[in-house]
Amino acid sequence: MKTIFEKSVQGKYQDIIPKCTLPEVTFPQELTRSAALELLEISETEMSRHYNQLAQRAYGVSDGMYPLGSCTMKYNPAVNEEVAALKGLTDIHPQQPASTVQGWLRILKIGEDYLKEVTGMDAVTFQPAAGAHGEYAGIRLIREYHMKNGDDKRTKVIVPDSAHGTNPATAAMCGYEVVSVPSDSEGGVDVEELSKVLGNDVAALMLTNPNTLGISDKNILEITEMVHEAGGLCYYDGANLNAILGIARPGDMGFDVMHMNLHKTFSTPHGGGGPGSGAVACKNILKGFLPGIKIEEDEEGMTMGLYEETMGPIGLYYGNVAVAARAIAYMLTLGKEGMVAVAKNAVLNANYMKTLLEKDYHIPYNEGCMHEFVISAEDLKKETGITAMDIAKSMIDNGVHPPTVYFPLIVHEALMFEPTETETKESLDRVSQILLDIRKEAYTDPQKLHEAPRKGQIRRPDEVGAARNPILVFEDGKDL
Amino acid sequence: MNFPNELKYSKSHEWVKMVDDDTALVGLTDYAQDALGDLVFVNLPEEGDSFEADEVFGDVESVKAVSDIIMPVNGTVAEVNEELLDSPEAINSDPYGSWLVKMEGVTGTGELLSAGEYEEFIKTCD
Repeated sequence: MKTIFEKSVQGKYQDIIPKCTLPEVTFPQELTRSAALELLEISETEMSRHYNQLAQRAYGVSDGMYPLGSCTMKYNPAVNEEVAALKGLTDIHPQQPASTVQGWLRILKIGEDYLKEVTGMDAVTFQPAAGAHGEYAGIRLIREYHMKNGDDKRTKVIVPDSAHGTNPATAAMCGYEVVSVPSDSEGGVDVEELSKVLGNDVAALMLTNPNTLGISDKNILEITEMVHEAGGLCYYDGANLNAILGIARPGDMGFDVMHMNLHKTFSTPHGGGGPGSGAVACKNILKGFLPGIKIEEDEEGMTMGLYEETMGPIGLYYGNVAVAARAIAYMLTLGKEGMVAVAKNAVLNANYMKTLLEKDYHIPYNEGCMHEFVISAEDLKKETGITAMDIAKSMIDNGVHPPTVYFPLIVHEALMFEPTETETKESLDRVSQILLDIRKEAYTDPQKLHEAPRKGQIRRPDEVGAARNPILVFEDGKDL
Repeated sequence: MNFPNELKYSKSHEWVKMVDDDTALVGLTDYAQDALGDLVFVNLPEEGDSFEADEVFGDVESVKAVSDIIMPVNGTVAEVNEELLDSPEAINSDPYGSWLVKMEGVTGTGELLSAGEYEEFIKTCD
């Protein structure tokens, strides 16, 4: 498919820019261009076809189930879009004085207060633009805290082996040495191994809970207490917050700071690379170091300022506020009962699907799964040569987006499913049946699965070639 | 899967081939390459680097993940198989022909497994 710029034809135009109604002025020559700007020249029909073609090549929740584990690809209610597009929220500039953006500040304050209530934390910033960005902000807060206390010998961050890959990357980006602790046989943190690595050189523990196996750690209170006793702080990766929304709170579990992926749990669109929102929530001990804008209210109205000992800005202004507006609209639509229903149905849907599949598929950590579960295709690979990747590609031929594959690393040939609460029983039945049929086909027609996908937008890409010889820049004339 | 009898094996899935009394070639087993999947990068140590058994001496990246490679013996790197840096896929197609490093001054081979023992061991790995 050609890019829209390659479809440009000289002389074609469309009247999308309204006629100028103001008097035209001329600038001095040194301020004007010497050559005409190379703008796209295309008819409205061709442009419309181009974007339709692009949309047809993409797959989203509006096309079918998207059970990408740990990504919470839920349906995004259209009302969120209406709210975020309100003229009063969009036709402003981030440098306007507080007195002229009272509405926005009020909205963000409401959002902060709701998220504080949902997480059991004392303060929230919307500045981080995505999950890993939020993690970075959170671990930096912990660093500021230790440094302020003169505790500069703490050089390690503990990360369980079932954590999201971004956790060790975040700790390393913040200058810490990463110490990995193994999981126990039930998929939780091995408490004995944890006690061996805790000490006065540990700055923090980073934990994803429920973890990437979909399991909520039953020793969570003991774990956070152990870390605190050793003088460390506890970071909660909120990527899987959907499973406990309105039911349990990271703040009550003993965590000091966390991020939320508003684009996951709070139903704002994601998957296309952004924009997202990795809002960070923390306890009072870290509040003073927060990045971003401190919003308060006095008799004059809403005010903006900085936190007393702020670590400095980590992004622009108030963060991706349109994403925050969608998330706040979502929270207001759900209310308290609705949020509880989200978590309950997310867990119910995952467990229902797991129950349909566990008769035929091996699920290594099967006890106490919450919003997601992990299948191992290792037995199938041994018996038929069909891998997790073959199953995933075959799902594309059946019109379903594949789950997360080969993660977490502690499960071999892993397929990680998170159906979310917005799938119906019928769609769970249908996708489960597809997976059961694929398994049967692995024995009867393995070649077909090796060749999948045949019906996707592209056939199976050359992953080795993509890793070794990636094409990172646009090459003119090369068909994409 | 193939485990040649003349080689020794480690529990971290490296093979060791003694070239003479204290020189050995070290590579990844057939089981290891199969579990890793298609390899895309290999990072190897420098000539002259010394390692003790169980130390990480390099890493391999497959389309799935990055994994450490563990030195199965004590010794010093005499030679690095630089061809693998450009064609890591050779490890997938010919694991026992694709040695990673040649080690000299080799000691500590006593803990290594025979082909039969290794084959029994990998049954417990799943």
